[in-house]
Amino acid sequence: MKKQTMYLRMISGSLIRRRSRMLVALLAVAIGATVLSGLLTIYHDIPRQMGQEFRSYGANLILVPSGDEPSLSAADVEEAMAYFPADSVVGIAPYRYQTVKINEQPFMAAGTDLAEVKKTSPYWFVNGQWPTEPGSVLVGEAVADLIRLLPGSPLTITGTDASGKSFSRDFTLSGIIQTGGKEEEFIFMSMQDLENAMGNADEIDVVECSISASGETLDAIVSRIGTNVPAVTPRLVKRVTQSEGAVLTKLQSLVYLVTVVVLLLTMICVATTMMAVVTERRKEIGLKKALGASNESIIKDFLGEGIVLGAFGGLLGVILGFLFAQAVSLNVFNRPISFGLPLIPVTMLASIVITGVACLIPVRSAVDVDPAVVLRGE
Amino acid sequence: MNLLELKDVSKIYGSVKALQHIDLSVRQGEWLAVMGPSGSGKTTMMNIVGCMDKPSNGAVILDGADISRETPKNLTAIRRDKIGLIFQQFHLINYLTALENVMVAQYYHSLPDEKEAMQALERVGLSNRAKHLPSQLSGGEQQRVCIARALINYPMLILADEPTGNLDETNENIVLDIFRQLHREGSTIIVVTHDPEVAEEAQRTIVLEHGRIAAISENHQKNHQK
Ligand SMILES: Nc1ncnc2c1ncn2[C@@H]1O[C@H](COP(=O)(O)OP(=O)(O)OP(=O)(O)O)[C@@H](O)[C@H]1O
Ligand SMILES: [Mg+2]
Repeated sequence: MKKQTMYLRMISGSLIRRRSRMLVALLAVAIGATVLSGLLTIYHDIPRQMGQEFRSYGANLILVPSGDEPSLSAADVEEAMAYFPADSVVGIAPYRYQTVKINEQPFMAAGTDLAEVKKTSPYWFVNGQWPTEPGSVLVGEAVADLIRLLPGSPLTITGTDASGKSFSRDFTLSGIIQTGGKEEEFIFMSMQDLENAMGNADEIDVVECSISASGETLDAIVSRIGTNVPAVTPRLVKRVTQSEGAVLTKLQSLVYLVTVVVLLLTMICVATTMMAVVTERRKEIGLKKALGASNESIIKDFLGEGIVLGAFGGLLGVILGFLFAQAVSLNVFNRPISFGLPLIPVTMLASIVITGVACLIPVRSAVDVDPAVVLRGE
Repeated sequence: MNLLELKDVSKIYGSVKALQHIDLSVRQGEWLAVMGPSGSGKTTMMNIVGCMDKPSNGAVILDGADISRETPKNLTAIRRDKIGLIFQQFHLINYLTALENVMVAQYYHSLPDEKEAMQALERVGLSNRAKHLPSQLSGGEQQRVCIARALINYPMLILADEPTGNLDETNENIVLDIFRQLHREGSTIIVVTHDPEVAEEAQRTIVLEHGRIAAISENHQKNHQK
């Protein structure tokens, strides 16, 4: 028989036949690895998450009618849009607002281009679906709560049209939006639907534009539109962009600190567990020495067990850590986490090294004791 | 020819003089019994001879070389190559089967050989227990596994510290039978025992008292044809 075969038999015997002891150790290692991979995943994903979070603040420039003008026309908007750098436009969503009633309760309805809204307001969390066909609407959560609507519910909207006649139209609720802002009090439908109900077209109250450009470029755009398109007044909306960097670094260093502290704690926890598990086996070490095992081969035996434990614990930790990070991400950011594949080897390696070192410390001290002393006890 | 020679060997633990000025020679192929009250230094002497401990004073010559000045590393090698140890408390590895426990000794010595290990178990009458864990074996069976393990590398010296101390009479007889057979085959055996009947089986008995040799007696038994 090869030496390795016996070596593996000894290690697997120890791991399998001392199951309950090994499970405790495995659990300790797995928990450590879980915390490590979970926090690393979050740490790694924060810039992406927060970037989306910040970009989510959507429109950074709005167009409103100038002076006493009641509304903008599509032509005005087109004229203003000519001043946007073509390749930096993320989305342009026109809105027309109108008071309507559902069950005799007044609400504000907005007609818009829903496909563009999706780009200018990516932070909208839609429970249900974005409308894809005429006659379906999105309502804010506050509205849905007030009149007890669920995605798929029918609803009838009544109101007074442009010529003073009353109208009543049936819609289907395709989704409920959560934004944390005043959008939750609105009903959103396609511009076409609203225009059909109102009986007139080409009235735009405001246009929200999301443009990815620096502050100076935006300033230039604003002044050019202001001077060249009299019907339109452009306004810059302060996005969080300026402070984005600062907040991000602070947040990330906070998570980094937490990761380091928790990692240290779990390392100590794993190490003490492993030490206890190994120290229990001083007799076995003494016996192996009495049988003529060199210190190196005893260390090799325990290291082998430690590595297998570390690898299995690490693997478990990768899986559990991902679930943990996913849960955190869904709760905090409302978005799934992206999982970095390099985390798998990093976690496994860290877990193997920590477990191995934790094994070595007590084995090294036990190995130097005379076998006579160890075997004498009892 | 003397396989083992102790010259003025003493061992002092702090204020306890566990062994004092021991002089002793053991011939190749001899079966020696060591008796004496508890605390008289029997285990201490066995540990020194078994390269598990070093004397405070004196020389221990095993197979022509003084082992009392060796480094721990060399002592481990000598123990592995020349000595078979049998303990009173068996000391088996609890997560390995009987067969694997025997193979561990081969593993640390040279190469594990399952067939040979199996033969060693057969020899102590345990071939049908090879796949059992120590916890599934009786005390007598565990001790026989220890003997198989001690013999597996053909040691020149077998050291047994109260091998029958924890066994009933039936198992004691099984173990003694194995020793008799080993003796006939020419093994050198040193057995520590409290049991005069066990001691009588040996060719010579020494009695320790307070770390000194108090008596030496030759046994003339029918079963020592040599
Ligand atoms: N590591 C040690 N440190 C201090 N004293 C020790 C140590 N080992 C043994 N002794 C002492 O040395 C003396 C001899 O011990 P030893 O174990 O050799 O006795 P023994 O003859 O084997 O006794 P028993 O029949 O009870 O096994 C005892 O007084 C014991 O307390
Ligand atoms: Mg003793």
